[in-house]
Amino acid sequence: MTLIIFYITSAVAIFATVMMITRLNAVHGLLYLILSLLSVGVIFFLLGAHFAAVLEVIIYAGAIMVLFVFVIMMLNQGQATIDEERAWLEPGIWIGPSLLASILFAEMMAVIMLGGSAATGLVVNSKQVGAALYGPYLLAVELASMLLLAGLVGAYHLGKPMLKKTKSGTKS
Amino acid sequence: MNEIPMELGLLLSVVLFVLGLIGVLVRRNLIMILMSLEVMLNATGLAFIVAGSRWGQADGQIMFLLILTLAAAEVGVGLGLALQIFHRFHTLDADSVSEMKG
Repeated sequence: MTLIIFYITSAVAIFATVMMITRLNAVHGLLYLILSLLSVGVIFFLLGAHFAAVLEVIIYAGAIMVLFVFVIMMLNQGQATIDEERAWLEPGIWIGPSLLASILFAEMMAVIMLGGSAATGLVVNSKQVGAALYGPYLLAVELASMLLLAGLVGAYHLGKPMLKKTKSGTKS
Repeated sequence: MNEIPMELGLLLSVVLFVLGLIGVLVRRNLIMILMSLEVMLNATGLAFIVAGSRWGQADGQIMFLLILTLAAAEVGVGLGLALQIFHRFHTLDADSVSEMKG
């Protein structure tokens, strides 16, 4: 049972990734990338890494992809975007990702119908992860926080000239 | 005990990594390159999780957390750079920056 779900989910992940790197439009690629990340999250769950699966969905497929969407929306402006928006509302582009997402949803429904939980691998629960994270890996957490701070400062520094430009642009 | 063989998990991780690498090498759009980089980092995290699940240790998930942090920082800075390049060259083509002379 678990192995079958693993095979289906792997096929979805590989197919979504192939579709992602062959899309011409960045937004279409983004849709497939989100599907790829979600299916890898399902595989994390099947491997017994529940905490990592939750983080994959919330941070990868949620927060990081929102950043991509923001930047794509900032870079596309004008009449071309409106035409694209009109084209996106027609079925055909979102039907592929929706089909893949419905496969993942069907897997979840099958697991729920057949007893509420899939027989996963060795479960490493979040308590063990937290105990290890704030025990032997405390220095790594500090280094990760420094890395995030550096990323924050870097992103602010790179985006600052543009903020000034848009402000002066609205004034004049 | 563990129904998914480790080899299959590692194989999936390798396939996803190679797909991401192909994306980085083939595409010239900066946003697509960053997205392929995400796929590569994600495949690395999958390899760590598979190994951690094989031995029932929490270290695999901690390495995944660190990779997640790295990906978040990398995306923030990378997208900032992409915005700068778009405003200076009015294109997202990665080859447009190749005329930089040191």
